[in-house]
Amino acid sequence: MKDLETDYRHAKPGQSGPGAVDYLDLDTKDQTFLDTTELVLNMGPQHPSTHGVLRVILKLDGEKVLGTECVIGYLHRGVEKIAENRTYAMFNPYVDRMDYVAAVSNGLGYCEAVEKLQNVEAPPRAQYIRVILTELCRIASHQVWLGTHALDIGALTPLFYCFRDREEILKIFEKYCGARLTTHAFRIGGCIYETYDGFEQDCLKFCDAFLPKLDEYEELLTTNRIWVRRTKGVGILNPEDCIALGVTGPVLRAAGVKWDLRKAQPYECYKNFDFEIPTGVNGDTYDRYLVRIEEMRQSVRIIRQAVEGLPQGPIMAKIPKVLKPPVGEVYHSIEAPKGELGYFIVSDGSLQPYRVRVRPPSFVNLQALDKMVRGLLVADVVAVIGTLDIVLGEVDR
Amino acid sequence: MFDAITKYLGSNATPGEAGSMFWATIYILIITVGISLAVISMNWLERKILAHMQVRIGPMRVGPHGLLQPFADALKLLIKEDIIPQDADKLVFWSAPVVVTMTAFTTFLVVPFGREHAVTDMNIGILFMLGISSLGVLGIIMAGWSSNSHYPLMGSLRSSAQMVSYEIAMGLAIVCAVLMTSLQTGTGTLSMIGIVESQASQHTWFIFKFFPLGFLAFAIFAIAMVAETNRAPFDLPEAESELVAGFHTEYSGFRWSLFFLAEYAAMLAVSSIAVTLWLGGWMRPFPTWLGGSTWDMAFSLFPALTFFVLAGLCLLGAVRMPKIPQMKIQTTGLAIFGFLLGFVGLLLIVPGVRERVQDIYWFVVKVAFFMYLYIWYRGTFPRYRFDQLMKVGWKILLPTGLGVLIATALWGLLPQISSSILGVLP
Repeated sequence: MKDLETDYRHAKPGQSGPGAVDYLDLDTKDQTFLDTTELVLNMGPQHPSTHGVLRVILKLDGEKVLGTECVIGYLHRGVEKIAENRTYAMFNPYVDRMDYVAAVSNGLGYCEAVEKLQNVEAPPRAQYIRVILTELCRIASHQVWLGTHALDIGALTPLFYCFRDREEILKIFEKYCGARLTTHAFRIGGCIYETYDGFEQDCLKFCDAFLPKLDEYEELLTTNRIWVRRTKGVGILNPEDCIALGVTGPVLRAAGVKWDLRKAQPYECYKNFDFEIPTGVNGDTYDRYLVRIEEMRQSVRIIRQAVEGLPQGPIMAKIPKVLKPPVGEVYHSIEAPKGELGYFIVSDGSLQPYRVRVRPPSFVNLQALDKMVRGLLVADVVAVIGTLDIVLGEVDR
Repeated sequence: MFDAITKYLGSNATPGEAGSMFWATIYILIITVGISLAVISMNWLERKILAHMQVRIGPMRVGPHGLLQPFADALKLLIKEDIIPQDADKLVFWSAPVVVTMTAFTTFLVVPFGREHAVTDMNIGILFMLGISSLGVLGIIMAGWSSNSHYPLMGSLRSSAQMVSYEIAMGLAIVCAVLMTSLQTGTGTLSMIGIVESQASQHTWFIFKFFPLGFLAFAIFAIAMVAETNRAPFDLPEAESELVAGFHTEYSGFRWSLFFLAEYAAMLAVSSIAVTLWLGGWMRPFPTWLGGSTWDMAFSLFPALTFFVLAGLCLLGAVRMPKIPQMKIQTTGLAIFGFLLGFVGLLLIVPGVRERVQDIYWFVVKVAFFMYLYIWYRGTFPRYRFDQLMKVGWKILLPTGLGVLIATALWGLLPQISSSILGVLP
């Protein structure tokens, strides 16, 4: 009878109640009803809303989730192992294929890590170009998140709005480096391409056009009663849990922790810019939504400042043609759209890295799924997967 | 026998009332074909309208502006391989789509498209419609159960819970409308034609009667009917992002298309109930305020005008088509379609035809309005969660429905109550 009295929202693992049930033990009978058996539902890897090839094994009591288990690896390509057989420069395009929604950020993290190992720094103009493109990429990534997240909750239209406006960003990428998705925009030591004619105007034009469109998205969702009901109080993650699980990015900030690597350990030229770190209060799906929306606004602010202050000068640092970093190891992390993206590189002084280890934000954030959905309903599982903003290319690598 | 066939044409009654088997069969055939055509055009319209709401253009390839897309889809579904899952209960699996389609189409037996344009006029018409349409849930449970798979099972359980709970609120709203037929006139009726005629005799649509009670009852019905037909934002049984395709996940090809047909037919059916009960059925707007033969004449031109506008749009589209050889067939097709529509418009202007199609035209226009609402909801709203859906049904719609019902009854009895009180007073 105690199970019945426990509100499903407050069920926590480790306590008595539904959360305490071991989800894969089929013999465990719910004592509430005599002939109730749990249903084990396989969600994915071919499922419309697991964002790729994530497989979640759900143990259900009716619609209530008793436990989950994530099965990953369907998109494993061994990116880290490939690095050991490529030179530093050759591995650069591969990192774009991890988080393919935010390829520019991945490239930035890798280039900076190798630069740190080599002890060089990109010239100021290159840094500014990197910041502009990375922030554009952050907006594009958040747009994909917003569209798919809304689609998971049943709102069809925001997806198309988001993809329409993302197109403008992809056009800027295409004009800059010829590719739209897996851009390979940066090189170790700076940028290889000078900005094209009209780059600044394109960026400013996008900034001006984008803010009203952001209001348009908000008009469809922020005050929509159904949207608020579907997201408020769903998938709550408190700051202590976030830190214990290593969750980073908007998910952490929505819990009220003001931790953004752009401010906490400024890399590139982020200390030159004036921007805010939005944080949430409750750490629920709605707060994560608001935080990401506000992040897009702040990114627009950064892009404007960067375009206006774009310095002249070289775009490539002086680095040897054949890159042989000194023996040693380095860990460098940046604030990718999804959280802390870190690269740990060990060099043995040869042409190829001895070992590359990536700390992908999606992979770490996905750990929180079980904690967030225990005791919720099936419909909340897709909402929570959406709000974690995972990309399976990055989870599986 | 020939006499029996021709005799009906003179009578001003439905074939059911006139007892003419022959004409009843003809009507049933017309309605079946008409509903199927309506579903096909609804399919195209939904895709087009939704696309334009979502900054897309929708189907463009098959036929001019994708006009032939639904036919191409139907053909594809018909020639697809017929798959029954190995572990499915074959008989139930086979019969589920049949049950769903049958119930969806049977409801149209009593829908009055006009005073004499219905198969029959049952004195329990609205009860018949409710009863038959709630049988549809049986087919959905059958589909979910026989598929022997988790997602369909959960979809069908959600669906049955949802339909049963919303039917109560729906029933209360309907009782309000039925009460309105009897109050202040003394003669109540459950017949669909009777309900429209009592709106005509009371010179009002029931949505405006006892304002705001009529409107509230209508609103309850309008919400419940979306839930009843499993459409957005209450489309949990087939919530794509959660349950893949809900109760028809395991279905494909022709069987799947039967479910599709039934869903849209059910949407048309509940919209017809809403139109009949609250929006004056086949009556044209302002029959008394803008009465008289001149206004009658003006309003009877609307059907032809609508077709002329559609024809004009088609011809304009044909003119605006790119002038390249590859588009020649499409352009000609669109122009021919435009001319056909224009011809129908001309036909509708002929005096004899003009009066007869009036009723059907206004009924269809009102139903089309509801169909547009369905598409609009789908383009705007996120989906409710299951517990929230139940909360809306049981905690909001049901108490409101009860309140409106009691208030309607009291309001209707007000003259009698006041006169009896006045009679008792010295």
